[in-house]
Amino acid sequence: MDFIASIVIPFIKSVIIVVGLLVGFAYTTWFERKVCARFQIRYGPNRAGPFGLLQPVADAVKAIFKEEIIPSTADKVLYVIAPGLSIATALLAFAVVPVGRSIHLLGREIPLYIADVNVGVLYLMAVAGLATYGVVLGGWSSNNKYSLMGALRTAAQMISYELPMGLALISVLLLVGNLSLVRIVEYQSALPLIVLQPVAFIIYLICCFAEAGRTPFDLPETENELVAGYATEYGGIKFPLFFMAEYIHMITASAIVTTLFLGGWQGPFADLHPLIPPFWFFAKTVFMIFVFVWVRSSLPRVRYDKLMKFCWKFLAPLALVNLAVTAVVVAMLA
Amino acid sequence: MVITEAVKGLHQLLKAMGVTLRYFFVKPITVQYPEERVRLYPRFRGRHELQRREDGLELCVGCGLCAAYCPAGCIYVEAGENTEEERYSEGERYAKVYEINLSRCIFCGYCEEACPTGAIKLRHEFALADYQRDDLVYTKERLLTPATPHVIVLEEGVIARNEVTKQSPPLFTIKGRRLLRFARNDK
Repeated sequence: MDFIASIVIPFIKSVIIVVGLLVGFAYTTWFERKVCARFQIRYGPNRAGPFGLLQPVADAVKAIFKEEIIPSTADKVLYVIAPGLSIATALLAFAVVPVGRSIHLLGREIPLYIADVNVGVLYLMAVAGLATYGVVLGGWSSNNKYSLMGALRTAAQMISYELPMGLALISVLLLVGNLSLVRIVEYQSALPLIVLQPVAFIIYLICCFAEAGRTPFDLPETENELVAGYATEYGGIKFPLFFMAEYIHMITASAIVTTLFLGGWQGPFADLHPLIPPFWFFAKTVFMIFVFVWVRSSLPRVRYDKLMKFCWKFLAPLALVNLAVTAVVVAMLA
Repeated sequence: MVITEAVKGLHQLLKAMGVTLRYFFVKPITVQYPEERVRLYPRFRGRHELQRREDGLELCVGCGLCAAYCPAGCIYVEAGENTEEERYSEGERYAKVYEINLSRCIFCGYCEEACPTGAIKLRHEFALADYQRDDLVYTKERLLTPATPHVIVLEEGVIARNEVTKQSPPLFTIKGRRLLRFARNDK
């Protein structure tokens, strides 16, 4: 195998994506604060740098200088690994997302995705499953009853919402016939899948809110403010790391929703210049992040038992019904 | 039926999101304080000032009524006797020592109400932060000096409008009902 094509180029792409996501995370926090503020008829941060653009830098510096307190009875190894695990799984999902078509650089045709895994959707579901480990380990390693209970509830929420998520994705796959995300984007050259599968889109979006722990499903997160939660015993830089994981989950979820339902990098003038598809991808992802923030500013929190009831008694059956209807229609039209 | 309830619920959620989206396009009502000045009502209770007469004599006679009335007990008054050579106020007495502990003051304005001569008044200075606790005990000299607060004092009877948005217009009306209102003074 060609050494450069199989090792160096994906490595460089990974570095670019990871750095891009980490910077993107910082400015997603800026975006959220400014946009939430505008929904509340106020400016967001506007003192640190023009338009508050240096605010994430200020927050990072503050967090780095904070005192790190590790509880003496905590399981040191797990305690340190847990936030890293959350972030790693959030970053991993980006390996299969196609950002554009391909560009010509230095005489090579470089496709704008890190890996065209032919079971791409399955890989996404697997990574989403791994994400619960970070939460559970964080709660367990804190050696604190309340953290553990908060972690268990969060994990139960995340696991429960993976079921309708998978079922909604299967309805999409019935239409496309291929698990690879690259092929799914190419399938949407005529129509974005949101038009053909609106119910699946809504179900998938709701499940993304639950997986990322965003409002209206952020009870685990606010338990930190109220009583306790899986991140209680985390201080210094580790606490922001957990929230970095949440924001990167949010960015990744937005990217996947654009890839699966909004047409990925497709858009007008996509053929004219190789940099136009990534621009469309970026624009659609930013729009989805705006939707995340918009929902956060508008809707009240859902109580935990209602949250679980909603998943098992409404979303999962709805996803099954959608799947059945899609299957029948596909069979009839074939 | 589950489906009808779900659709009704979705409709409610979308209405909520519509409200926030409407407010997204309204100009923020924040007053950017050091650059813009805050509008204050004329009777705003800020820092105290001891008043003088036109001819320069102080109005305070050192009676101590303000100290007696103060709910926080933060005023200390010591009276001294006016002599013909050293005259500070009209009449027999003046305030030899007059101190207000601003870290205990609750800015209620009772001292202003109690004062028989109208000497102590609460004005519009509110930027009172300092670096030492002891500096927060204002002595008579500091209290006699009028402050120049970075504010706009409205005239008596005028309803405040934010300096940024000169008015609070309705964003749009449907069937004559204004659909966007603020809690602050709008007509």
